[in-house]
Amino acid sequence: MPKELTGAQILLESMYREGVTTFFGYPGGAVIDIYDALADSPLEHILVRHEQGAVHAADGYARASGKVGVCLVTSGPGATNAVTGIATAYADSIPMVIFTGQVSSPLIGNDAFQEVDIVGITRPCTKHNYLVKDLTKLAQTIRQAFYLARTGRPGPVLVDLPKDLMQAKTEFVWPEEVRMRSYNPNYKPNLVQLRRAAELAVEAKRPLILMGGGVVGSNAGPALKRIAERFSIPVVSTLMGLSGFPCTHPLWMGMVGMHGAVYANRALTETDLIIAVGTRFADRVTGKLSVFAKNAHIVHVDIDPTSIRKNVKVDVPVVADCRETLEQLYQVLEACAKTTDFTADHKEWLDRLNMFRQEYPLSYSKNGNIKPQHVIEALSQLAPENTIIATEVGQNQMWSAQFFQFTTPRTWLTSGGLGTMGYGLPAAMGAQCAKPDSLVVNVAGDGSIQMNIQEMATIVENKLPVKVLILNNCNLGMVRQWQELFYAGNYMATCMTGQPDFVKLAEAYGAEGYRIVHESELMETLAKALSSPNPAIIDVHIDREEKVYPMVPAGAALDEMLLT
Amino acid sequence: MRHVLSVLVENEPGVLSRVAGLFSGRGFNIESLNVATTLDPGVSHMTITTSGDEQIIEQIIKQLRKLITSIKVVDFAELSCVEREMMLIKVQADDARRGEVLRIADIFRCKVVDVSLNDLTLEATGTQEKTQAIINLLARFGIKDIVRTGTLAMRRSMQPDGQQA
Repeated sequence: MPKELTGAQILLESMYREGVTTFFGYPGGAVIDIYDALADSPLEHILVRHEQGAVHAADGYARASGKVGVCLVTSGPGATNAVTGIATAYADSIPMVIFTGQVSSPLIGNDAFQEVDIVGITRPCTKHNYLVKDLTKLAQTIRQAFYLARTGRPGPVLVDLPKDLMQAKTEFVWPEEVRMRSYNPNYKPNLVQLRRAAELAVEAKRPLILMGGGVVGSNAGPALKRIAERFSIPVVSTLMGLSGFPCTHPLWMGMVGMHGAVYANRALTETDLIIAVGTRFADRVTGKLSVFAKNAHIVHVDIDPTSIRKNVKVDVPVVADCRETLEQLYQVLEACAKTTDFTADHKEWLDRLNMFRQEYPLSYSKNGNIKPQHVIEALSQLAPENTIIATEVGQNQMWSAQFFQFTTPRTWLTSGGLGTMGYGLPAAMGAQCAKPDSLVVNVAGDGSIQMNIQEMATIVENKLPVKVLILNNCNLGMVRQWQELFYAGNYMATCMTGQPDFVKLAEAYGAEGYRIVHESELMETLAKALSSPNPAIIDVHIDREEKVYPMVPAGAALDEMLLT
Repeated sequence: MRHVLSVLVENEPGVLSRVAGLFSGRGFNIESLNVATTLDPGVSHMTITTSGDEQIIEQIIKQLRKLITSIKVVDFAELSCVEREMMLIKVQADDARRGEVLRIADIFRCKVVDVSLNDLTLEATGTQEKTQAIINLLARFGIKDIVRTGTLAMRRSMQPDGQQA
């Protein structure tokens, strides 16, 4: 007679077999059996303070490690609290499995206590989701969930677990293979398309690589660098692609888009060939579509066919894995290129971009107040290699993207697609769990930090030395910036005068608190805080009037930038 | 332009909702949607009639293929196919008019499936053009009720170029 396990035990055993070591969660009535079984499992569980924190933590864990992030929440409000985190991961294609408790099967549909149709609610913001109805299919469903989360275009997959199934027993059978007739992502690039791409690249006088989050997600950074260097092609990145290519590299031409560098957006405007890798040409990247890259051929590499030709017309579509494509493209290009001297061919183009870079660098003016850009520069200078930067959303996010010098992939965690305030702190916490030896810094605003500040307790409880750098301007800065620029200075509901004392708050949580109000203290205090072995909040009082520039107003063309 | 899409999906709960949600969430248009199981009880077949320009139709097809539960998506605009819709139509037909209504029904090879003192219910099958023509002709008698299946489609075994599909 084979040994029977409860549903809860099967769940934990399946997670273990999928390689999970750490997951994030919050208990409740519908999942109490799982927590009961957890006592006998080798899995490490991090008890968060809010379910949204659990999902963002799993997300940060996934981005930093490349593994599937996992979280567990209870039914009803536990599940609905998780939705923002799930939508965040979906928008940024982050591999994640979310387990939600559900009321017992006989009660489903009866408006039972703490019942919601979470499968229905999350249908549009998950890659796929399941309600498990048959205990004998639990292990197989979990196997599929992890498989779906990590393959193809990654994304969050939700598995809803009725309470009675967690209590019931059955024989545990682990399916060695996953086979799904209706899901078969294509990793291999089409050779004909690669040859067409290579021919365009050989012809091009002003080629440009535009990389997105897919480069980081598929670990394509080294392959991309190899192509860029060998064929002397400058590289620009979307917000999501940052860290995929070293910002210190001479071919690095910066971030594009709404708050991109002048030279980066100039490059996108003037190029005659965009090799777009792992990006979906989001509205924040393209600006006004009708004039976007008007003179350029576009080669578009993405594993998701729906990304291609969704927003821009493409000359050469390549539906495949970014890394595999870049590796093969290198070979094909090499064969096509023959005697072409790319360095000489592209010299004029690179010179022109460097001229733009010199003329319009990312800059700010000093006036005695602490400038947020200066703070990020200082952070970049002090941070050791492999430092992981998480951000909240708004000005803090854009200044970090512009001024931090990323050199290592998977060191940039930001909510790019959904733009979720409150993402950074729990994401940093998750990243620190994945990378205990790395310095992890959450760059925050005084507004967004308060959206998930409760996770400070989790951080302290688990002795995670996360650093929170608050760029404090007592305002919801990005919205205020729009109000100033586009709404005639009508500052409705963006001034936050009742902010807490963040140093005392840090201390109340049992973390260290630092305050920086004068520029002269910046380096020393920041260095001291960053080198502490404990979690810390660093409250930096920045110039309240400072704005994020350059800026392409929404709906304008990329070369119509506001510079000051 | 109008397109008829044939979509094979896993026959499991929530699949219709995934398809319908995809259309509503992305602002695509559904003119009609039909679903029933195939010979394989694990597979359902949907016939979806939709419209949009080339780029939109391409997105609809790609998005449908992206659903984890969809097995195969075919655009019948590229193939020769048989299209049929079935309609039940209840028309006012008192003694004075019954003959004329029946004559029209006969021309279109409709079946009378229900009759009362004041009305006739007809069953009509054909392309959407044909069912629309029946509606247009019967309108003057007074139509009390209509139910339509929406388009069903199956590709022809032999395509116009002589190839077997």
